[in-house]
Amino acid sequence: MNTLAAVSTLFLPILVIAILLYALTKKTDAYGAFTEGGKEGIRLSISLLPFLLGMLVAINILRASGFLEAMNGWLAPVLVLFSLPPDLLPLLFIRPISGSASLGILADLTATYGPEHFISRAAAIVQGSTDTTLYVLTVYFGAVGIKKMGRALTIGLLADAAGMTAAILITVWYFS
Amino acid sequence: MVNIIWIGMIVIGVVYSFINGTTADVNTAMFDASTQAVQLIIGFIAVFTFWLGMMEIAKQSGLLDKLTALSRPLLLKLFPDLKPDDPALGFIMSNMTANFFGLGNAATPFGLKAMTALQANNPTPDTPNRSMVTFLVLNTAALTLFPTTVISLRMTHGAIDPMDIVIPAFLATCCSCIMALTLDRVFYLFTVKRNRRL
Repeated sequence: MNTLAAVSTLFLPILVIAILLYALTKKTDAYGAFTEGGKEGIRLSISLLPFLLGMLVAINILRASGFLEAMNGWLAPVLVLFSLPPDLLPLLFIRPISGSASLGILADLTATYGPEHFISRAAAIVQGSTDTTLYVLTVYFGAVGIKKMGRALTIGLLADAAGMTAAILITVWYFS
Repeated sequence: MVNIIWIGMIVIGVVYSFINGTTADVNTAMFDASTQAVQLIIGFIAVFTFWLGMMEIAKQSGLLDKLTALSRPLLLKLFPDLKPDDPALGFIMSNMTANFFGLGNAATPFGLKAMTALQANNPTPDTPNRSMVTFLVLNTAALTLFPTTVISLRMTHGAIDPMDIVIPAFLATCCSCIMALTLDRVFYLFTVKRNRRL
């Protein structure tokens, strides 16, 4: 655990000096290249604003209206049918839509049940093994100005569903 | 499709708020979200400028090409439409490596560079091509070894071993990646067949 933590702390600084020392041996103008690449970073990030803003506004409206909570209430009996704790439902549902909201739910579940409880572990594994599909597609397609996500969204969401099912089954199996 | 989802989310949210009596909350949420988006972008500017600067050094010095060569055989299997010298390969490799080690904020700028490189060779600039779809479904499936945010959250909540979820989470993410790649191939073959018939 401690070695892993140490490795991950050292990883970035080592990567940075490795890039710089390699450039030095190849006599590359590292500073010039850095500022040149950096300029593109500014352009790229600014160009994302309308895509991100539009998506965040829609998600926040849906959350603030209380619709997501109501939907959890309607869907809870389905989860009980598969003998799954309904507390996991909001997470499964919000994970592909909003990364910050699902992280909030995970924090909430961990605080309520304690980190060693099945629900907290399953939630952590769901959160850790999936990504915010809608956000990833918004940002990546937004950067190149593509407005039709096409089959990427369908595949992304289906793979999320498969990943989440796997996450819960694996939690049951791994921690039993 | 995203157009319908977007309109749907807003319309459902606003209409439901009338029934639920949460219209005032929705009002605040709209503008809070806009501010939140701007703050997010400011964070992006910092991270993107740093990492794309570093990336440019690695590219000009030839380090990126060297590292790309190592992963080329695997990448060409995943992305059969790309030529072996496609500039996108280096960025795809960097993005997947950063994601794998849980460096999410470095992965995004690399991924966006990959998308820009793929878009440059896209004959239909308004619709994603095959390589873009494969690249993005791999990204949404989140192939990662260290889900760093989750581990640190479990650490702050006093988990006995905050890393105990690493192995099961890795197995789960492998499942979603296999699913994503399989579906990607199936969908692709399906559309190719349909287009041939037309």
